[in-house]
This record gives sequence, structure tokens and C-alpha cells, in this order.
Amino acid sequence: MISLKEKRWIPFLAVILGLVAGTLIVILSGRSPLIMFATFIKAGTGIDLLKGGTFNPRLVGEFLVTTMPILMGGLSISFAYRTGLFNIGAEGQIIAGGVAAIGAGFFIPIDNQFIHSTICVLAGCLAGALWGLIPGLLKARFNVHEVVVGIMLNYTAMYSANWLYKQMPLNQMTRTENVPVSATLNVDFLRQLTNNSRLHLGFIHVIIALFLFWLIIEKTSFGYQLRATGFNKEGARFAGIKVKRNLVYSLMIAGAFAGLGGALLTLGTYGYGRVITAFDNVGFDGISVALVGGCTMLGNLFAGLLFGLMKVAQPALQIASIPKEIGDIISSLIVLLVALQYAIVLYRNKIRDWFKKARGQK
Amino acid sequence: MKKLLIRLLTISLVAFTLAGCNSGSTSTSGSGDGTGSACPIRVGFVTDVGGVDDKSFNQSAWEGINRYAEEQGWDADACLKVIQSSSDADYIPNLTSMAEDGFDLVIAVGYLFEASLNEVAPLFPDTKFFVVDTVVSQPNVVSATFAAEQGSFLVGVAAGLRAKAEGWDKVGFLGGVEGELIGAFQAGYEQGVWAVYPEAEIVVDYADAFNMPEVGKNIAVKQFDSGVHIIYQAAGSSGNGAISEAKERGSDYYVIGVDKDQYHDGDMADGSSVILTSMVKRVDVATYTVTKDVHQGTYAGGSVMVFNINNEGVGAETSTGRNLSDIEIETILEYNNKVVAGEIEVSPTPVIPNGQSGTYSSTH
Repeated sequence: MISLKEKRWIPFLAVILGLVAGTLIVILSGRSPLIMFATFIKAGTGIDLLKGGTFNPRLVGEFLVTTMPILMGGLSISFAYRTGLFNIGAEGQIIAGGVAAIGAGFFIPIDNQFIHSTICVLAGCLAGALWGLIPGLLKARFNVHEVVVGIMLNYTAMYSANWLYKQMPLNQMTRTENVPVSATLNVDFLRQLTNNSRLHLGFIHVIIALFLFWLIIEKTSFGYQLRATGFNKEGARFAGIKVKRNLVYSLMIAGAFAGLGGALLTLGTYGYGRVITAFDNVGFDGISVALVGGCTMLGNLFAGLLFGLMKVAQPALQIASIPKEIGDIISSLIVLLVALQYAIVLYRNKIRDWFKKARGQK
Repeated sequence: MKKLLIRLLTISLVAFTLAGCNSGSTSTSGSGDGTGSACPIRVGFVTDVGGVDDKSFNQSAWEGINRYAEEQGWDADACLKVIQSSSDADYIPNLTSMAEDGFDLVIAVGYLFEASLNEVAPLFPDTKFFVVDTVVSQPNVVSATFAAEQGSFLVGVAAGLRAKAEGWDKVGFLGGVEGELIGAFQAGYEQGVWAVYPEAEIVVDYADAFNMPEVGKNIAVKQFDSGVHIIYQAAGSSGNGAISEAKERGSDYYVIGVDKDQYHDGDMADGSSVILTSMVKRVDVATYTVTKDVHQGTYAGGSVMVFNINNEGVGAETSTGRNLSDIEIETILEYNNKVVAGEIEVSPTPVIPNGQSGTYSSTH
């Protein structure tokens, strides 16, 4: 068993080891790791050290735009995981949320951007929650594993959303028209502030979502029941907790988080609906975020920012002649190392023993 | 354990010394990266999700840029940069990154870039942009369009001739994404096939993606199993799936390549190829020309380059000694001349819906 304290430092160690391995790979491929790190710093803070510390706020904006949906995916996976459920259906819930948000954008005619966009975002959350309800009900009622249902529902969501998008005003066969501006989360103020990045109001929703996640899981008796269910289902049932009901609620709330992510993608990043043929992998990235973040609110925030950075730095890496795949390699290594936490602790103990022995011999 | 530690230490020491050398040498080339004398102009290329090794469209564009750089003796590694987009969310940030980084010319290949380029180009009036397959009316964008229906007409003639001679009553079409652009490929192909073989049934399927070879392969399996022997693919790297399926089946199954001469992508172990011919779309000429224009100061922002059969911007690949017989080549050239002379006008509007098939009489 790994103690709670150890669980905290393992992700940090994994990040450091992942970066070291990435550095070595960059060196072996004959590029400069200094440029790689400068590029990461540039993508994350907008400060370009290679050009005398010039600051470009657009990069910060794009960094946040990329991070937000991944972070929401992470929150979704984390929430379910705290109840002992693996919400691999987050990808489908994101798609469901996205299509509902765009639908509300087209078909609910309201001119006020605050009201309209809020309704659209809530429609996205609701659709995600409904998409989470299905595996929740099947799990509670027939004990069907949520992973099996979730994976199938991912495809169902993708193809249904494609059909639904094609019923909306189409621009090309692969995308809808832009939704009315009142439905989007884009405001000129943020654009101007960040040198024409696509930064949108979604960050407010993300902050609210982070707060709600923390509040529900850590501070309410409902969250306590969920966690108890996650630790030991039978024990929780014995203690009088309505386990089945909680499973359904948990997947619904997880679905709402994912649905919000989908709404942020369509209403914020794109501003239109896309007919897709393959998953965007936002929900699957969320699994990595949740794993590295240890399924806590702060952990998710940091892990989400880290994975967002590895993604958003890719164009800049390519301009600097560093293969963009290095971002993927580093993130994968971090996930791998976190997943190998038992091995890490084992080796740490071995090294410690070895040092002890060496000291003893003297 | 001790030995292992020593080894690890040595390796890391060596690595870090190397790192020292490396960062030194890269930073010198890095300064040439800027506006130094090594690069008369810097060219940035943003691909769609296909990437520069898609054996098709993006690769052809990349070859054109590189050919000019090579002729001029530029250091291609330093002066030419490419960013591959992972999804359509990347188009705007990728174009912007290149413009911000001070590239003189930023090239975007594909109609998918239309909206994003309309958004980015006005923000960087000093950067010159180039887009292929769509027209973006901005003072700092040059667009290039291709009369794909004309070239597709000629490969349709090739398919029709071969199918008729062999007694195959069906030919196939595999498109990337339904729409105006690929529709023109389909339309030209339909008219070409029926020009020489009106009874032929044309089977039309779309992969709904330009980067899904496995979907292309599934469609090829379906079409070949239904009695099709020749598939014209206009589907980017999705079409590579059809090529690999034809290779597995061996003789008597053909694919018609697209965008560039794909003959050698269809190479078999015995030296033959499954590529009957290719619809050559000279995207490389377009990117070569625009790179040259920017370099020589003749870039005319807002203009549209039109590539068609008359200026050999599109056409069928008709080298002898490959899969086409001399008589077939002769007939194709006859039709080529008729289109050039305006005797035949090829319409860019297809008649067979996605997922269906039809003959000339069933559709007219």
C-alpha cells in the first residue's frame, strides 16, 4: 500500500523524470533541449527568452483555450473515479454536450449574450449528464460495467452528433454555420486583451466547475457518501448509504462536467459544430489528467495545465525544428510513470536500503 | 548496483557534454533562422491533418517549395518550416504562429483553411499568404484553384477504356469528404468514364475524412467485392487504404492515384504497380510559383492563379511502359485535346449521390 503522502510526491517526480527523459530524447535526436525548454516557457507564459524576453499575451490565451476542455475532461473522470467508477464515456459526454450547446445556440433565439450563452452552456451540461445517466442506470440496475457501456456510447454519441449537426444550418458538409454571436463565449474585450487569441469567457465556467467539484466532493455529506462508495461499496451499503442511487448521480455529475467541456469547445474554441470522423481525444486526455492529478481539484488543475502546455507548444516546437511528438512523448511518459507508482516506491525503497547498507558497512 | 550507477552517471555526463555542443551549434544556426543572410525569405507551410508525408496533396505542395529552395541553394532546414495541424482547432493558432514568427510567406493547402485564413490574414497585413483550392479575397492572400474536373475526366476515360476492354461493368470512386471540391473530381470522373463506356455502373463512396486509410480500405474492400476492378481515389491519405487493398488482391485490381503521380506507391513485389494512372494536380507548381514570386518581388496579393488542362496544371499521368497501353494513352490524349480545344466541356457537378451507384442512362 502506498501512503497518502507518497501519492502526493509521485506525480511531481513523474513530471521531473518525464521532462528529463524528454530532454535526453531531444539531445539524442540532435536538437537543443534549451530551445525545447524555451519553447515550453514561451507557450506557457508568452515570454520568449530566445528573443530577449518579449511578451506575447496571445500565447497565454491559446494556452488557456487548449487547457480548458482537457481540464474539464479530467474533472469528469476524477469525479466518477472518487466513487469508484471509471468514466471512459467522458469522450461521448463531451460530444453530447457540444452538440446540445450548438443546437441551443441555433434554435433558441435570444439576443442577450450573457443569457443566451449561459443557456447554451447549461444545455451542454444537461446533455452530458443525460449521456452519463445511461451507463449509470445500467450499472445500478443491471450491474453492466460502465466501461463497456461508456465505450459504446462514445461511438453512439459521435455518429448521432454527426447526424444532428447535418440537420442544422450547414456551411460545408463537415461543419455547421457559425452559431449566432450571442450564443458564443467570445468577447472582444478578451480578444483585445490577449492580442487576438481565442480566449473566451469559458474560463469563468471552469473556475465555477473547479469550485463545485471541490465543494461537492470534499465538503458535502453527499460527497462523503460518494467517496465512501468509492473506497468500499459493500461497506458503504452496510453503513446505510444508498450506493445504487449514488452511482447514478456520480456518473451524471461527471457527465455534466464533461458536457461543459464539450460546450466550451464548440461555443468557445470553434464557434460552430463539426462533423467528425474520429474522436478529438479530449475525454481520453482527461483520463491522463485525472491520473496524474490524483483525482483532486488542485491536482487536476495543475495536471490540466501541464497537459495543455504539452499540446499547445507543438506548433512552436515545429517552428523551432523540434519534432512536435516530443510533447506527446513527455506527457505519455508522465502518465506511464504515475501508473508505475508502485515500482517507483519499490525502487526508492531499494535505493534507500542500499544507501543504508553502504553507510552501515563503513 | 554500483556498476549500474557508474554507467548511468557516465551516460548522463556524455549526454550533457553533447548537449553543450549541440546547443552551441543550434544557436548559431538559430540566429541564421531569423532574418539573417542565409535565408533570403522564410517560408512557412501549415498542413491540414494529413501532414507532409501523406503521399498526396500536402507532400506535393511541400516538394514544390523545396524544389525552389534547392534551385536557389537555400538551407532548406533553416528557411522552410512546416507545422502539421493535429485537428481543425489548430488552423488559426498555427497560421498565427507562423505570421508572428516573421515568416515572409505562409502557405496553407486545402479548402479547409478558408475560414481561418479569412480571420488571420487581415491581422498580419505584412505577411504574404497563399492558399490552394479555395479563394480567399484578402489583399495579402494569393489563391490557387485547380480545374480538378478536367483532369478527373481524363482518368475517367482511362478507367472506362480499361473496364470496357476487360468486360468489367462497374468502376468505383472513393472520395474524401463530400462537398464542392471533391465533387468536381467525382463529376469529371463520371463524365470521363461514360464518354467511352456509357453502360458502366459507377459506384460512389466517401470516406468522410482525408486522413483515415482504414476507412478507405474498408470502402475498397466493399467496392472490389461488388465487382469493381478500378477505383479512382480522391481522398488524401484515406486513399492509401484503397491502394494497399488493391496490392493485397494483386493483378486485375487497379487504383487511380490522385494529386501527384502515385505509380510507385502501388509497387508490387514483382515490379508491377496497381496504379493504373494518376490524376496529376500540380500543387507543386503552384507552391513553387508563389515561392518564386515572393522571392523575386512579383507576388501580387489578392490575385487568383487558375490551373487547368490548358496550362497543364491538371491532367492524367500517361507515361509509356506502365499500366496503360499505347492505344489507351492515345485515346486519352485525343480527349485531352478535345477538352483543351473546348469541344468537350466538363461540368464540375456530380450526378451520383454518396453511397449509391448509377449508369449514364439511369442518371440522365
